[in-house]
Amino acid sequence: MGTIVFFYFAAVIVVTAALVVALRSPVYSALALLVMFFHVAGLFVTLNAEFLAVIQILVYAGAILVLYLFVVMLLNLKGEVRFHHQLTIGLFLGCMVFAEAVLLVVKGETSLGASLSPSSEPTQLMQGNTESIGELLYSTYLFPFEIASLILLVAMVGAVILTKKGILEAKS
Amino acid sequence: MDTGIRLALTLSQIGVVMVAVLLTVAALTLLERKVLGWMQDRMGPMEVGPYGILQPVADGLKLFFKEDIIPAGANKFMFSMAPVLSLVPALIGFAVIPFGPDWTVDVGGVNFKPFVITDINVGILYILAFASIGAYGIILGGWSSNSKYSLLGGLRSAAQLISYELNVGLSIVGVLLLSSSLSLVTITNAQAGGFWNWYFFGGGGFPQAVAFIVFIISAVAETNRTPFDLPEAESELVAGFFTEYSGMRFAFFFLAEYGNMILVSCVATVLFFGGWHAPFEFLQGPESIHWVTGIFWFAFKVSSFLFLFFWLRATLPRLRYDQLMRFGWKVLLPIALANIVLTSIVAFLFPGS
Repeated sequence: MGTIVFFYFAAVIVVTAALVVALRSPVYSALALLVMFFHVAGLFVTLNAEFLAVIQILVYAGAILVLYLFVVMLLNLKGEVRFHHQLTIGLFLGCMVFAEAVLLVVKGETSLGASLSPSSEPTQLMQGNTESIGELLYSTYLFPFEIASLILLVAMVGAVILTKKGILEAKS
Repeated sequence: MDTGIRLALTLSQIGVVMVAVLLTVAALTLLERKVLGWMQDRMGPMEVGPYGILQPVADGLKLFFKEDIIPAGANKFMFSMAPVLSLVPALIGFAVIPFGPDWTVDVGGVNFKPFVITDINVGILYILAFASIGAYGIILGGWSSNSKYSLLGGLRSAAQLISYELNVGLSIVGVLLLSSSLSLVTITNAQAGGFWNWYFFGGGGFPQAVAFIVFIISAVAETNRTPFDLPEAESELVAGFFTEYSGMRFAFFFLAEYGNMILVSCVATVLFFGGWHAPFEFLQGPESIHWVTGIFWFAFKVSSFLFLFFWLRATLPRLRYDQLMRFGWKVLLPIALANIVLTSIVAFLFPGS
């Protein structure tokens, strides 16, 4: 049962992810991305990570993708205004990723392969999902967590300065 | 066998909740017009049935039999998807709302909670997540109609929802800190015993009254109600994002708006006003009738919030767009953040008080 559910989610994720780049209309691409986010969230639920599942929907589907749609609608992009010059670099990166995937499958018995396979039972946590993520973020991963928040702060200040050009020029 | 019983129980529970919500919506459409009428010294609808009480039936029949028009140049797929994308998130949130005592009944070897469909441990985040999905219906409905008014309404709504969603999320953090749980059942149980234990009045150590005011203002904005009904401002945008909709598709948007109002009132009741708990212990009655008094108090509190929605609509004029944005980001957001800081300091200094 668990394997069937996993393959359903995995198949939909792969198909919709391909549709995101294959579809002509940016709005349809965004909708395909929305379906994909929901299925990634479903994958998290099957791994007993319901906190991550809900955050996935809340942040990616609820906030980021809405902003994408907002911009797409505001610009009203025509079908022709698309970039087709990334074929070489795309092929290069694609080959790299594919080679990595093949290597991983071939060396399937290594620890990484075992931990990625869907059959491995998710470890049952003693405390709730939310609590354990909070504890990890504020102990083991405190430094990366703080770095990430600093980067976000810098981005925020940068965005404010970019939109308020008058502030800097008036002083000089 | 167990799975079958569980499925049947859950499905019937979902059916009961959905019917209750949709009946409440029907009643609300009449009540809103009546209440607005009384506040403006009018009678409200009086023609259909005695005292106008059959008006929702007439409205429903009219919408059902009305011709369904898809405008020329509209994106047909998106145009039909948008009302559904708007309605489903509004109804799905009721799955985690506890509207009665936290009982567990044993039905044929299956543990069954009669007064909450499912008690997931990230309940409040689940509601917030699906509330944010509701924005898609509005944006896509506005975009696919191929109409300037609809597009402008959709764009306004997107900006408004994103801004005020943030305030809704931040204003409830105080309650979550004090209850140290995201499950709505646990949060309700923590407020038992009397109104002084409700988070609004200082249960858990620090009164969340300010947070509640931020929450209710942001909730009004998120449900697109007056004075924040810019996405559908009829004097500027005809009807905003659903200008081009008619018949059942329009009814779906309508149901979604009222469903969201009820959902937001339920969340306010559970988080700040003790859910199904009575303000005094003796009003709750003996243990065996807790389900009657529980559902009564829950419905009473939710109805008070719904009345507040109507009251605001009758009282306040619509904000200008820049006022709306300034108010959300420069007034409500700092207040919500300050509340989080103060609440965490109190929760740290006096744990468990």
